[in-house]
Amino acid sequence: MLAYLIRRLFAAAVMLVVIIMVVFGIFFLVPKWAGVDIATSFVGKQADPAAVEGVRQKLGLDTPIYAQVWEFFKGIFVGRTYSGGGDTIHCAAPCFGYSFRSEQAVWPVLTDRFPVTLGLALGAAVLWLVFGVAAGVLSALKRGTLWDRGAMVVALAGVSLPIYFTGMLSLAIFAFGLHWIDAQYVPLEDSFSGWLGAMILPWITLAFLYAAMYARITRATMLEILGEDYIRTARAKGLKEQTVIGKHAMRSTMTPILTMLGMDLGALIGGAILTESTFNLPGLGRAVLDAIRNQDLPIIVGVTLITSLAVLFANLVVDILYAVIDPRVRLT
Amino acid sequence: MTTQRTSGRRKQAFAAAAAVAALLTTAACGGGGSDDSGKGSSTGAAGFDAANNKVAQASLAKKGGTLKFGGAQDADSWDTTRGYYGFMWNFARYYSRQLVTGKTEPGKAGATLTPDLATGLAKVTDDGKTYTYTLRDGATWEDGKPVTSKDVKYGIERVWAQDVLSGGPVYLKDVLDPKGTYKGPYKDTSKDKLGLKAIDTPDDKTIVFHLPQANSDFEEMLALVSASPVRQDQDTKSKYGLHPFSSGPYKFASYSPGKELTLVRNDKWSQASDPIRKAYPDKITVTFFSDANQLDQRLLNGDLDLDINQTGMSPQGRTTALKEHKGNLDNPVSGYIRYAVFPQSVKPFDNVECRKAVIYGADHVSLQTARGGPVAGGDIGTNMLPPSVPGAEGQKYDPYEISGKNKAGNAELAKAALKACGQPNGFKTTIAVRNNKPVEVATAQSLQASLKKIGIDAQIDQYDGSQTTGIIGSPENVKKKGYGIIIMGWGPDFPTVQGFGLPLWDSKYILDSGNSNYALIKDKTIDGLFDSYVTTLDDAGKEKISSEINHKVMEGAYYLPFVFEKFINWRSDNLANVYTTDNYSGQYDFVNLGLKNPKK
Amino acid sequence: MTELSKSGTAVNEPTSTSSAPSAFLEVRDLKVHFPTDDGLVKSVDGLSFQLEKGKTLGIVGESGSGKSVTSLGIMGLHTAGQYGKRKAQISGEIWLNGTELLGADPDYVRKLRGREMAMIFQDPLSALHPYYTIGQQIVEAYRIHHDVDKKTARRRAIEMLDRVGIPQPDKRVDNYPHEFSGGMRQRAMIAMSLVNNPELLIADEPTTALDVTVQAQILDLIRDLQKEFGSAVIVITHDLGVVAELADDLLVMYGGRCVERGPAEKVFYEPRHPYTWGLLGSMPRLDRDQQERLIPVKGSPPSLINVPSGCAFNPRCPYADLPKDNVTRTVRPELAEVGSRHWAACHLGKEQRERIWTEEIAPKL
Repeated sequence: MLAYLIRRLFAAAVMLVVIIMVVFGIFFLVPKWAGVDIATSFVGKQADPAAVEGVRQKLGLDTPIYAQVWEFFKGIFVGRTYSGGGDTIHCAAPCFGYSFRSEQAVWPVLTDRFPVTLGLALGAAVLWLVFGVAAGVLSALKRGTLWDRGAMVVALAGVSLPIYFTGMLSLAIFAFGLHWIDAQYVPLEDSFSGWLGAMILPWITLAFLYAAMYARITRATMLEILGEDYIRTARAKGLKEQTVIGKHAMRSTMTPILTMLGMDLGALIGGAILTESTFNLPGLGRAVLDAIRNQDLPIIVGVTLITSLAVLFANLVVDILYAVIDPRVRLT
Repeated sequence: MTTQRTSGRRKQAFAAAAAVAALLTTAACGGGGSDDSGKGSSTGAAGFDAANNKVAQASLAKKGGTLKFGGAQDADSWDTTRGYYGFMWNFARYYSRQLVTGKTEPGKAGATLTPDLATGLAKVTDDGKTYTYTLRDGATWEDGKPVTSKDVKYGIERVWAQDVLSGGPVYLKDVLDPKGTYKGPYKDTSKDKLGLKAIDTPDDKTIVFHLPQANSDFEEMLALVSASPVRQDQDTKSKYGLHPFSSGPYKFASYSPGKELTLVRNDKWSQASDPIRKAYPDKITVTFFSDANQLDQRLLNGDLDLDINQTGMSPQGRTTALKEHKGNLDNPVSGYIRYAVFPQSVKPFDNVECRKAVIYGADHVSLQTARGGPVAGGDIGTNMLPPSVPGAEGQKYDPYEISGKNKAGNAELAKAALKACGQPNGFKTTIAVRNNKPVEVATAQSLQASLKKIGIDAQIDQYDGSQTTGIIGSPENVKKKGYGIIIMGWGPDFPTVQGFGLPLWDSKYILDSGNSNYALIKDKTIDGLFDSYVTTLDDAGKEKISSEINHKVMEGAYYLPFVFEKFINWRSDNLANVYTTDNYSGQYDFVNLGLKNPKK
Repeated sequence: MTELSKSGTAVNEPTSTSSAPSAFLEVRDLKVHFPTDDGLVKSVDGLSFQLEKGKTLGIVGESGSGKSVTSLGIMGLHTAGQYGKRKAQISGEIWLNGTELLGADPDYVRKLRGREMAMIFQDPLSALHPYYTIGQQIVEAYRIHHDVDKKTARRRAIEMLDRVGIPQPDKRVDNYPHEFSGGMRQRAMIAMSLVNNPELLIADEPTTALDVTVQAQILDLIRDLQKEFGSAVIVITHDLGVVAELADDLLVMYGGRCVERGPAEKVFYEPRHPYTWGLLGSMPRLDRDQQERLIPVKGSPPSLINVPSGCAFNPRCPYADLPKDNVTRTVRPELAEVGSRHWAACHLGKEQRERIWTEEIAPKL
């Protein structure tokens, strides 16, 4: 188990370095090759040469590429100082770049936005796991019945309807129509009930989509597992049916669900762009959306890196959980 | 109009009666019904266009409350030196004061200057090369210290530090130091960092500007927020925009870029020192959205009072609003002209007749429809001077009869022009359009369709809209790509022909990159007119030259104007003392907005 | 023939009374039918037998003959865990120790499972849960029926592992199934089945997944354990060789029905059904030449939806045309006594069969 863990951690670390280099390359090298002057795109309407030069200097765009990559790397661990035109900006470690558009270091933006997205993702995940898996198990146990068919039709709807649509619909009904909730984000530290009120619709909307997917995969997996010999063995032992399903069958069913969960959570943490924008939640997804609109490259790079990290981390957790669940994995 | 007003008054009476009845029965009525009354009631909307070029519900504004802005776009920067968005300039008056500023009056009057920090408008001497101001007593910073002439000078000097404080307008720098000898306060070697020779501050109350050459719009430039005072010990350089130090009635309480901005009262500001600002609300909040539809939804729902961006509602919200809440809407002219421009470097647009052929061949009604129709798009544009600019004649000046008999295109005249151009069978060209502006793509398609009828085969090239400066701002690239027609739009930085047309039409402004003179106009007459404009000091003379420049540009057929842009702007039921101002291209004048019911 | 006396009362003539029988296990006219889209699958269609404690019954037949379905039917596993609209249709009677199981409360039957009757499955790798250790699985099996703490149960598990011949049981108890070899896995499976001292043990193809040397060890183990625990054992197999030494009585199934049954020696040495002859012919034997060793039964097992009319075996039977009037294809033969406690269901005449057996079949075996 320990060896497995070390191997996974090492692989993750290597991936991390590769990701940073690739992301950096995509955002700083490709535009350069494509002939786009990054410095110019940082300056406003009247592209004053002095302004362009100032940004170029601050960003270190005139230094060789490897130096830029190195500076970026170094910044993550020891912080970084941008200076030019008599102005000095210190970006404390971990420095994931500095947004010259909004004049703030990227890392605080990320840490400011991250809890919102994390709250959204985790809350929705709890909902969709509970409802999706329950619906899937029930459907599997009642396969072929009206309940099963009904649940699967709802699941199909959930999978096919775009978040934007369900989000707008739920807002129109519950926030603007019935006025049950004030569709305004309230930070958790300000008010728990306010936060809950603001998050409930996004959670449900997001969970609806995912619960549908999870119900479908749970149903299929459960049906497959129920046909396994060891389930028959469990019954032959005289186990109660709820133990057979709840313990023996569920443990096996959890494996693919967990894999999906890891991937989905990782991707969601990178920003549930549509959900966040529909419900105006100030999370990473909105940050990156605004950054794209404002061409705020450093923020885009930062969020991309964080997303990759989140996916990487989620995968690591899944790998470890995998080993916890399935002893056979530990050998490989 | 008269009958309308009478009926309005009657409605007002009904509304009042209804309000009393409502109070008596304590029945609360949610949501504003559309009330078409000109003046409006204390509960409902003021009526359609009630705040367009006139003040709506001025008497209903009460002190206190929270004024709630929403926006789909944060400012480029809240640093007075760096902001360039129109709404930022408008909003900046909450926390910054200038020597002079636009009057807080509706419409055209708003674009005329009035003293703010200064006791009066400039004493102009030395043939328009020296401007002298005396500062008012009692104007203070948010820590209570007085605003001095040195603070004003330092604030203006910051414009020179473009390498640190990029983004804002640089007119003052170009006018006061055209040779660029001063390097900005951060590289200033003098002890007090006030090394700019062109500005003298003989004492704390007096400031004198020495212009190397006269510029009749100089005072307009001083009215820009980039001429706001900044106190040296509070200058956080590039980070200043995160918390500008206030000289106005409000100060920054919290700001999270792209999320929210909250201003609270600056209790050190004294009403007596400020003839401009009424400072009705206690608090001003701005909430930012990523999704314009969301913003419109909140406006319609009454959660927010107005859109800080002031660029009009999105099509979806607009449709609902026009149907259900017309009384909350205004339909002002934005000051923008939407147009197609013909770069002379791309053949056959070097020939004026070919340019005319396109102007005649285009179906102007269909272009207007593509822009959104007469209400959301604007009136058909007939020339290149926005209605808000002095000297503009609006649709009265229509050399190509675009809004007249050639409205739907005139194939005959177009064919004749093509013949005169030596292209009787038409030609091939490319229309360049930003891919992130669906409306512009629609106009390009409309133009393409009408040009086909006269034998001009135009291909549409949708380029990356975020790279506008690099793509169409490079004459070399335009020529290489063969962009014979470029779809664009332009609005004035300040409402004069200089503030609008100088970068577009003066040959000095043809740049290798970041070019705005897309047509590459090199007309000695036009250059000369601009030169004489800046030295003409009387308003009548300035207006006359403005018109002349406009005529010259139109005669050259460099542009095909689409519309004098209009937009649909939302104001909540609770908003009082609302009016649009030409000072900010038809936006509501933010600084004196008040609330009818501060508790709401 | 010396062991004949041993078989004693293992198999009696089928009875039709519904009163509680004296036998430890008695199955009467068991039918297990599964509705499918294609029609009703009659996996078991009228099967009866008896089994006493301490005795071993071998049920032999090809795959699809209904032997596993029978065993699952006894265990009550067709009703437990049946979800959805399609449920198995079961009729008949199963008497275990004086209680009828088919009509009993399912929860009562559940409590019998694992304690009174236990089962060993064919493939221990798939029959053991891959995510739990051997110990956890045995402990669980024990604690369902015994109110003891985990420690006690674990001691019991180690004791059982030791009993079934797993070396270092105190260490192996914490291993996962995939960490065991095939034979060891089956031993563990047996340990789990016997952990509650069941009175009835059903071994469904216990050695099929194992290699030959291990097979013998496992069979020895089952025999030893039976002696020790005194349980009644049903061994289900397609391989006569497996039950040759183990079983007291044999029951040959074909197409969901019993075609021949009787004391093991009788069925082995005086088989009276052509299908049994076929099975004997296909039985691998170590004392024979490689080439002639296997004479498989020609054709394929019958469809359980459209069972051939008459004798279900008739399409594959080389002697189907011998009886007159095409009777093999029209009339289903009933079990008839062909010797002492020996029954077979065949239209061929008694002498005819004896003659074919002694003259044609036996010499080739």
